[in-house]
Amino acid sequence: MAEILDLTVLEAHNAKMAGELSPREHVEAWFEAAGTDELNAYLWRNDRGPEAAAIEPAQDWNAPIAVKDIFCTEGAPTTAASRILEGYRPPYTATAVQKLIKAGLPILGKTNMDEFAMGSSNENSAYGPVLNPWDRTRVPGGSSGGSAAAVAGGLAPWALGTDTGGSIRQPAAFCGIVGLKPTYGAISRYGMIAYASSLDQCGPLTRTVSDAALLLAMLEGRDPLDSTSVGIDGGVSLPDREDLAGMRFGVPAELARDSVDAGVREVFERTLEKIESLGGEVVEVSLPSAEHGISAYYVIAPAEASSNLARYDGVRYGMRAGGDGDLIEMYETTRSDGFGAEVKRRIMLGTYALSSGYYEAYYGQAQKVRTRIAEDFSRAFSAVDFIVTPTAPSLAFKLEEKTNDPLSMYLGDLFTVPINLAGLPAISIPAGLAEPEGGEPQLPVGFQIAAPAFAEQRLLDAAYALEQGIGFDRRPGDADG
Amino acid sequence: MPPVIDREQVLHVARLARLRLSEEEVETMVGELSGILGHVDRIASLDLEGVEPTSHVVALENVLRADEPWRSLPRDVALASAPEPSEGAFRVPSPQAE
Amino acid sequence: MAELEAVIGLEIHVQLATKTKMFCGCELSFGDEPNVHTCPICLAHPGVLPVPNEQAIRYALQIGLALDCEIAPRSIFHRKNYFYPDSPKAYQISQYDIPICGPGKLGEVRIHRAHLEEDAAKTIHVGASGRIHGSDASLVDFNRGGTPLVEIVTEPDLRDAAEAAEWARLLRETVRQLGVSDVNMEEGSLRVDANVSVRPAGSSELGTKTELKNMNSFRFLQRGIEAELARQRELVEAGGTVEQETLHFDPASGSLTSLRSKEEAHDYRYFPEPDLMPLAPTEEMLREAREALPELPVARIERYESELGLARDVALTLATDPRTAGYFENTVEAADGVEPRVLANWVTGELAAALRQAEVEGGAADSRVSPPALATLVRMVQEKKISHGSGKTVLAAMVTEGGDPAEIIEREGLAQMSDSGELEAIVEKAIADNPDAVEKIREGNGKAIGAIVGAVMRETKGRADGGEVNRLIRERL
Repeated sequence: MAEILDLTVLEAHNAKMAGELSPREHVEAWFEAAGTDELNAYLWRNDRGPEAAAIEPAQDWNAPIAVKDIFCTEGAPTTAASRILEGYRPPYTATAVQKLIKAGLPILGKTNMDEFAMGSSNENSAYGPVLNPWDRTRVPGGSSGGSAAAVAGGLAPWALGTDTGGSIRQPAAFCGIVGLKPTYGAISRYGMIAYASSLDQCGPLTRTVSDAALLLAMLEGRDPLDSTSVGIDGGVSLPDREDLAGMRFGVPAELARDSVDAGVREVFERTLEKIESLGGEVVEVSLPSAEHGISAYYVIAPAEASSNLARYDGVRYGMRAGGDGDLIEMYETTRSDGFGAEVKRRIMLGTYALSSGYYEAYYGQAQKVRTRIAEDFSRAFSAVDFIVTPTAPSLAFKLEEKTNDPLSMYLGDLFTVPINLAGLPAISIPAGLAEPEGGEPQLPVGFQIAAPAFAEQRLLDAAYALEQGIGFDRRPGDADG
Repeated sequence: MPPVIDREQVLHVARLARLRLSEEEVETMVGELSGILGHVDRIASLDLEGVEPTSHVVALENVLRADEPWRSLPRDVALASAPEPSEGAFRVPSPQAE
Repeated sequence: MAELEAVIGLEIHVQLATKTKMFCGCELSFGDEPNVHTCPICLAHPGVLPVPNEQAIRYALQIGLALDCEIAPRSIFHRKNYFYPDSPKAYQISQYDIPICGPGKLGEVRIHRAHLEEDAAKTIHVGASGRIHGSDASLVDFNRGGTPLVEIVTEPDLRDAAEAAEWARLLRETVRQLGVSDVNMEEGSLRVDANVSVRPAGSSELGTKTELKNMNSFRFLQRGIEAELARQRELVEAGGTVEQETLHFDPASGSLTSLRSKEEAHDYRYFPEPDLMPLAPTEEMLREAREALPELPVARIERYESELGLARDVALTLATDPRTAGYFENTVEAADGVEPRVLANWVTGELAAALRQAEVEGGAADSRVSPPALATLVRMVQEKKISHGSGKTVLAAMVTEGGDPAEIIEREGLAQMSDSGELEAIVEKAIADNPDAVEKIREGNGKAIGAIVGAVMRETKGRADGGEVNRLIRERL
């Protein structure tokens, strides 16, 4: 049984094809594993009973998956980790999830997350934080913390997450797994509870690059229910590159200036050397506006969020409070009781940025910075094939270390946010371990590779070759030291 | 450094967003928002004359839907999640208490 | 004090007659049970996304072209954010500074813009006990929520209430003939709000305007505007200032109440809708929209005036309703050597009167008088084959029984007296028989000729031409 859980999805698939593993065995092993959750990774586990009937695949013949609780699943609880949706069961299923169900993937459960995807540590959940399987006193990252911890902690073979400013890539880095954010528009957003409409994308959290490719292939495609979806031209297939010959990797000069933990920097430099040893070329590129990414992001995302979250008003679904008063009383009490502190903070920021007299200075200006950032990437990609950075400037930090300083939390997104602003695809792969301040245990470091829009295949090919070259095979709880 | 956003503004914005903040929350919000806006303000001084703001990430136009009806939700399903269903409709308090 | 002039602009909402809503595939319906035409999208469930209705775009283009508007090569949707139970997303998807239709014109009034948006849901106020009494609670019905709307805004070119109502009627008729909306004010598929202000006559600055809502008929529109103008005039003349506010028209009392609440004016925090792509009408879409336009009232009125030489008010009467216009044009086509002007006068004058007299329902197009028959009749009168008076008699008969004028004339023996010798003899006899009248005429009392004319007409059984009789009498006196 333990061996079954050690198999990657691709390995399990091959084993099933070879008749060495039955799909039923595989599925049952994982459902059992999901039941051993001590990390608070799951908000709801599927008992495959009548309430989950609408999300049951016609037949189990694929690896079961954990789904971030931001995706609507018909009949099954969907909360976005918020009180305001406590008890809510959607009347429909998100397109991305429907595609997986159609492909025969049973849903293991809905994973914990930062409330409404707002956060970088999974400490903003109304249902308790998620623990990092590498060190349970530390955060797994966010907002897809539950999905990342589930995959890294042996509670799911793979998981679905969402990424608006780094919410797939950063938890993947903190948890030592692979996280891919596809190009904006590659996968349908229909049924994905909206945080920031022009930035949100869903993507895979997996143990290997090959598994990420498998999952992406099932998810991508134009959806008539999502006007912003286009899919990936030519689809996606399993990568099989062995080296990086002929590929150019750009390191942005401006971002390298920022403070990055020594341990993270060391692994990053080592990975650049690995790239060269695999035949790739490492050069410096310039992204002059990227340093303003955080500022632009923390105007645009909250602005769109303030509008997207206005529908949570106690009228048609979800929580209602203060209904004995008048309408305004009901609105205010419902929203004040239902939303957590970070959500309220971002709604306030966003409302302010859009309000009369401030629109041009904040929202208008931020959208111009965004244009500049996109132009910077475009220009850089005429000289290189990929742009690489550490995924996060630090290792997974301790629980509650940053909760009193929202700005310092936001600054951790500096490498991931510009990618979302430009709508580009990027992947984080585990590149090594580093020792945190205070010693053991060692923690994983993520390496981020970004590519031009819709170049997912090339991105996966390069990531695969690098992954094979690095040979990172550490799991949480391996012999320490 | 004086707050970038003051108490009055916080209360005004909270009202716009239909959020009720406790006295303590207002104070905290003034500090936190000022800190964040102080950082964000760096972009205010950038010279971005002539730069087009990004309003759409994907370069598409005329993404439309044919005017063909689909099946609506049965009413009981539509009302299933309603906090206060009443007479086939969604009941809410009126705008002003008498 | 200087005389004050009224400045009026109109804001019109047209509900489009598409099959489905603006952003989802729920059917449009009227009068159905509450909440039977909803889906996760128009109920604004978490995670849903809008997709625009292609037909609504086409209808909006047709409206824009009918109003002579500049069509924007590229327009986008915006979110208009506000909290209200009838707005499930807490924002309305609308268009803000880049609407689909720019400046245009209809008749004498300039159009500022026209854009697409979605309608709100319906709220019914109920008391705590459930009876409609007070307003302790509301029930929300989302059937209407999401219906496609085109909002049309005029420039403040109107100068009095009657003119505004008249123009609103023209707009309604124009849109109705496009076939894109029922434009029924009572049912709510046409809603007209007015922006009203006053200013010193001749001034080019605008005074503070108030917004008038809830006038659901053209009559109420006129009354509401009149009432508000009177109020503003009185206020200004007494030295007061008009405050910007929204006024709600009450049809029962005919008066306006202020809706100004204690809250500040809405800050809608408009920003471009990230879930929707821009609209860029293609050449083909524009061509199809243009081809779909029938000849509309304004164009027809102009054509009647310039090509057919009709007077404006006659043109207006004939051209506004396409069926009357069709009837008139068929008559013109059937007529040989009769001026359209003359035919027009018969249609709007003699025929209309005859229909009223006979209490016939409907207009010319519904009557038994066929266009060729009318054309023949008018020609016969013109050629003096029958007198004008006889013509009216024949027309009355045709209204009742239809038929051909020549047959009726034959049957009733109404042919005009063509033998001038016979007529002269009768005229001389009448003169001889009425010496008193002759005396009076010679003394200068011209009206006395009527007695002699009357005698001649009686003798000829109305078959003589009145003008000719007059001439013959005067010749002899």
